[in-house]
Amino acid sequence: MSLDQKTIKRIATLARLKLSDDRIEPMQQDLNRILHFIDQLSEVDTSQVTPMAGGSTLFMPMRKDVVTDGNCVEKVLENAPEVACNMFVVPKVVE
Amino acid sequence: MDNKYFYEGASGPWELVIGLEVHAQIISHSKLFSGAATTFGGEPNTQVSFVDAGMPGMLPVINEECVKQAVKTGLGLNAEINLVSVFDRKNYFYADLPSGYQISQFTRPIVGKGYLDIELEDGTVRRIGITRLHLEQDAGKSIHDQHPDKSYIDLNRAGVALMEIVSEPEIRSAEEAAAYVRKLRAIVRCLGTCDGNMDQGSMRVDVNVSVRKAGAPFGIRAEIKNVNSIKFLMQAIHYEAERQVALLEEGQEVVQETRLFDSSRGTTRPMRTKEHAHDYRYFPDPDLPPLVLEAEWVEKIKKTLPELPDAKKARFIKDYELSTYDASVLVSEMETAAYFEEALKSLDPLTPKTAKLLANWLIGEVFGALNRENKLLEVCPVSPKHLAGLITEIHKGVISGKIAKEVFSMMWETGTEAAALIKEHGLQQVSDDSAIVAVIDKILAENGPMVEEYKSGKEKLFGFFVGQVMKAMAGKANPELVNTLLKQKLEN
Amino acid sequence: MNSKNDLIRLTLAEAREGLRQKKFSSVELTQAYLEAMAHHRGMNAYILELPELALEMAKESDKRLAKGEGRALEGLPLAIKDIFCTEGVQTTAASHILEGFKPPYESTVTQKLKDAGAVFIGKANMDDSAMGSANITSYYGNVISPWKREDGKDLTPGGSSGGSAAAVAAGLAIAATGTDTGGSIRQPAAFTGTVGIKPTYGRCSRWGIIAFASSLDQAGPITRDVRDAALLLEEMAGYDPKDSTSSMYEVPSFEKVLNQGVKGLRVGIPKEYRLEGMGADIVNIWEKGAAWLKQAGAEIVDISLPHTKYSLPTYYVLAPAEASSNLARYDGVRYGLRVPGRTLDELYENTRSEGFGREVQRRVLIGTYVLSAGYYDAYYLKAQKVRTLIAQDFQLAFQKVDVILTPATPTAAFALDETPSDPVVMYLNDVLTVPVNLAGLPGMSVPAGFSKEGLPLGLQLIGPAFEESVLFRAGRVLEEAAGFTPFLERSKFHG
Repeated sequence: MSLDQKTIKRIATLARLKLSDDRIEPMQQDLNRILHFIDQLSEVDTSQVTPMAGGSTLFMPMRKDVVTDGNCVEKVLENAPEVACNMFVVPKVVE
Repeated sequence: MDNKYFYEGASGPWELVIGLEVHAQIISHSKLFSGAATTFGGEPNTQVSFVDAGMPGMLPVINEECVKQAVKTGLGLNAEINLVSVFDRKNYFYADLPSGYQISQFTRPIVGKGYLDIELEDGTVRRIGITRLHLEQDAGKSIHDQHPDKSYIDLNRAGVALMEIVSEPEIRSAEEAAAYVRKLRAIVRCLGTCDGNMDQGSMRVDVNVSVRKAGAPFGIRAEIKNVNSIKFLMQAIHYEAERQVALLEEGQEVVQETRLFDSSRGTTRPMRTKEHAHDYRYFPDPDLPPLVLEAEWVEKIKKTLPELPDAKKARFIKDYELSTYDASVLVSEMETAAYFEEALKSLDPLTPKTAKLLANWLIGEVFGALNRENKLLEVCPVSPKHLAGLITEIHKGVISGKIAKEVFSMMWETGTEAAALIKEHGLQQVSDDSAIVAVIDKILAENGPMVEEYKSGKEKLFGFFVGQVMKAMAGKANPELVNTLLKQKLEN
Repeated sequence: MNSKNDLIRLTLAEAREGLRQKKFSSVELTQAYLEAMAHHRGMNAYILELPELALEMAKESDKRLAKGEGRALEGLPLAIKDIFCTEGVQTTAASHILEGFKPPYESTVTQKLKDAGAVFIGKANMDDSAMGSANITSYYGNVISPWKREDGKDLTPGGSSGGSAAAVAAGLAIAATGTDTGGSIRQPAAFTGTVGIKPTYGRCSRWGIIAFASSLDQAGPITRDVRDAALLLEEMAGYDPKDSTSSMYEVPSFEKVLNQGVKGLRVGIPKEYRLEGMGADIVNIWEKGAAWLKQAGAEIVDISLPHTKYSLPTYYVLAPAEASSNLARYDGVRYGLRVPGRTLDELYENTRSEGFGREVQRRVLIGTYVLSAGYYDAYYLKAQKVRTLIAQDFQLAFQKVDVILTPATPTAAFALDETPSDPVVMYLNDVLTVPVNLAGLPGMSVPAGFSKEGLPLGLQLIGPAFEESVLFRAGRVLEEAAGFTPFLERSKFHG
C-alpha cells in the first residue's frame, strides 16, 4: 500500500496538521516505509480470530450517580490561552 | 396507498420516506462518564470536571444510572437489550468537543431493534420500527453572538448522557413524524428517563428525508438538523419534500448533505461547514472495557417499569369503556393521565358512565380553561378530587349540565368543592314534578297562540317552550324532566 | 559523617534504612541529589529541577521520621518522568504542545508516592509524547547517557523514559518513575544498566498520566536494583476507581517474595527471540542468564512464540491509531501552546503542526490513516486480531513455563549521531519488548553483563498476568549471579 501526496494531505487535514510543501515528500517517504513494514500483517491468517478487546479488565465497572466533580471553574480555565466571561475563546465558527 | 402520503409532481405522485434520529438527554444527577452535575442553566463552565474538559491524562468512568435509563427506555420501546455492548470513539475536531472525540456506540449499541405504535388522526395505528438506541456524550455549547470574530465555549453540557434513538425509515408523512415524536416523548417522560423538553434542547430531532416513486428503491436523503419543535419538524419536512420533488422533476439530483432548518423562513439550507471533514474513524474506546449487563439486572428493571402510555390507554378503554380518542388524549401526557387517575379515586360511583363524564370534563372544560389562561395542568386550580366531586353531583342529577358549567367557573375561581358551592348558591336543580308542571302550565297558558302553531306542525317551537320554562326556573329545572313533562302536556 | 558521594551511592532500600536509623536526614540526602543534578546538567536528564519543592518535602519527611512515623518511601528523592501530571508543577511530556501547562490535579501514581512520603526532585526528560526509543525527540533536547564508549561519543540512554533511566544510573535520583508502552521502561533500563519493570496492564492507574496508547501504557519504576523496584512498585500499584481499566487484583508484597529463589520454576526460552544477526555478546549473556537460573534450581524449557515477528507491525498500527485519537485534545484551546489562526481549523493546524515534533506527527498521520474509512478493516481490525494471536502465544507458553527469559534489547546503546534516519530501523529497537505490551503482561529488565564495547546489556523476564512476584524472584537470582557493576561503582562521576 502506497500513499500519494493527495491522500497524505487529506489525512493531514483529518488530523489537523499542515505539511509545508518541502515537508510533504520526506513525510511521504517515511509513511510509505512504515506502511510497507505494516503490510506484513496480511500474511497472518486471522479468519478464525476475534479482535482483542485489550487490557486485563473484562467488563466495565460502573459508578454511582452522585455529583462528585465539577464546580471548579478557575481550575478548569487557569491554563487556557484565552478566556472571556468564564468561557474558552476561539476564532468564530460560522455554521 | 393513501393519497395523503403523496406529493404531486409533474411526473406523478412521489412517496415520502422519513427516518428520525432523536437525541434524548438522560435524566441523571451526574454525567455519563464524569461526576460533574447535569443541571440545566448553570453558570458557564461551573459543571465541568477535568475529564469533561479533555485535560491530559483524564479517563472516563461510566454512570450506572445512565445505563439503567437507557435499558429502561429500550424496554419501553419493546426492544432487545444487548447484554454486551461496546463504546467507540467518534473522532472529529470542533470547539465544543474538548477531547477531539465523542464517546459513543457504533457497532454494538446497548439496545437493538424495537418499535413504537403511533396513532393517526383517523384512528389507524401504525407500527414504526426502531433500529437501535445507543448511549453517547453530549457536546458543549458554542456561543457565536457575543463577539464579532470570536466564539465562546461553555462545556457545562459536554459529557451529559444522551440516548440516540434511531427509527427505521418507515415514517411516511409529516403528521406521522409528529405523532412518532409525541409518542416517544410520552414514553420517555412516563419512564422518567428524559424530560422531553424540545425547547430547552433536552430532546433534539434530526430528520432524514428522501422521496421516491412508489415501489422504487430509496432515494438520496438529506439530513435536517436544528428542528426544535414539533411544529417546525412538520414545516421542515413539508419544505424539504417539495424541494426534493422539484429538483427531481427538473432532472437534477438530490445532494446527500446535512441541512439546517431556518425557523424564521420555514426553509432548509445546506450547512456551511464542508462535508469532506466527516471521516469519524470509529474504533473501540481503549479506555473502556465492554459494557456487560446481567440478565437478572435487566429483568429487575423490567419489573419496575411504570405502566406505559399504550398499556394505560388499553386499560382505560377496557375498564372504563372510554373511546379510543379520549383514551389517547388522556395518556398523551403523563400529567393528564395522573390527574385523571387521581380523580377516579374520588369518583363516586365509579362506573363507565361517570368515568366517561369525567374524561369529557377534563378534556373539554378543564383543558379549555387552562388554555385560556395559558396554564399547565400542574397548576390547575381545580384539583382532581374536586373535579370528581363535580361529576358526582352531575351524575346524581343534583345539577344540570348547564348549571354545572357555572359551578365549575366558581370552583376555578375559589378553589371550593362543588357540593359546598351548590348549597351556598342554591343551585340544585329542581326535579320535583309538580313544581315543573306548575311552571309549564303557566308558560303554556301565557303563550296560547304559539301552542296552537306547535300543534299544527311547527315542532321547532318545542325548544322555545323549553327555553321559557328554564328561564322561569332560573335554569335550575332538570332539563330531562322538563322535556318529558312538556311533551306530555303538549300531547294533550 | 557521610560524604555526598556515599549518600548518592545508596540504593533506595539502603537509604530508607539509613533514614530510619537517623544516620542522615532526608534534607541531607535530597541536597546531595540536588547538587549532583546541578553538576550534571549536561546530561539533560531533567526538564524541570524542583529544588524548593524537594527541600520542602524533605523537611516534612524529616519531621515524620523524627517522630518515628516514616511511611514506606519517606524522604526518598525520586525523579518523576514528565508524563505524570503533578499538581501545580509544570508537566510537558517533553512536548512543545504542552508548553506552560501546570496541571490542577495530581496523577494517581504520583499521589500514591506522595502519600508514601516520597520527595520529588525533578521532572525527568523523555521522548516527545513518549514516542521514541532514544530520547532524541524531546522538545527540551536529547538526554545523554552517563555511559561512554571508548570513542567517547555521546550515547543514548534509550527511550522514551531516557531521562528517568539516565538519572538513576548516574546518581541524579535514587529511583525514578517511568512509563512503558512498547518498551519505554525496559529498554532504557537495559541501556543504562538499571532495573526497570513494566507491570501487568491495569496494575498501575493511568489516571493523570498523559496518554499515548491507552491499551498499552503502563507506569513502572526504574531503580538501581531489583529490591528497590519491588519497594517502589508496591507503592505505585493499586486499584483506582477513576481508571476503568484499572485492575482490582490486590497488590501483594513484592518485597516479601524477593528471596524465595527459583527452585522448581520452569523458565522458557523462546526461539523466535534469537534474532538474525544478533550480536554474540547478547546471545552469550542470554545463555549465561539461563545457566544462572538453572544453577539456582530452575528448569530451562525451549518454547515457541510463533507470532513474535508480527508484534512490531501490530504495535505500529495500534499504538499510532490510539495515539492519533488521544492527541486530538491538544488543540490550543484549553491549555498548552496556542498558535493563532483566522479560523478555528487554522488555529488547530497551526498549533498542532508547530507543537508536535516530527516523530509525533508521523505517528499521528499513520494512526489517522489506519483508522480511516476503507482502511480500518485491513489495518486496525487486522492488527487487533493478530494481537489476540500474540497474547494466545504467551497463554499457551505459560501452560508449560512459569517465566520467560529473553534479551531486553538486540544491542547495547548506540551513539546519538548513529541514530537511524529510517523510522522503521529505529522501531526495530523495540522488537523484543513490544510483544509484552501487546499481551498486557509484566516484563522486567535486569542488567546482566556488558557488550563488547563495555556497555550494559539487560535480560528481560516476562511473567503471566499479575505474576510480578515471579519476575522479582527470578530477577533477584539473575542480579546476584550477574554481579553487574553499576555505573556509580565504576566511575568517578561525582568527583
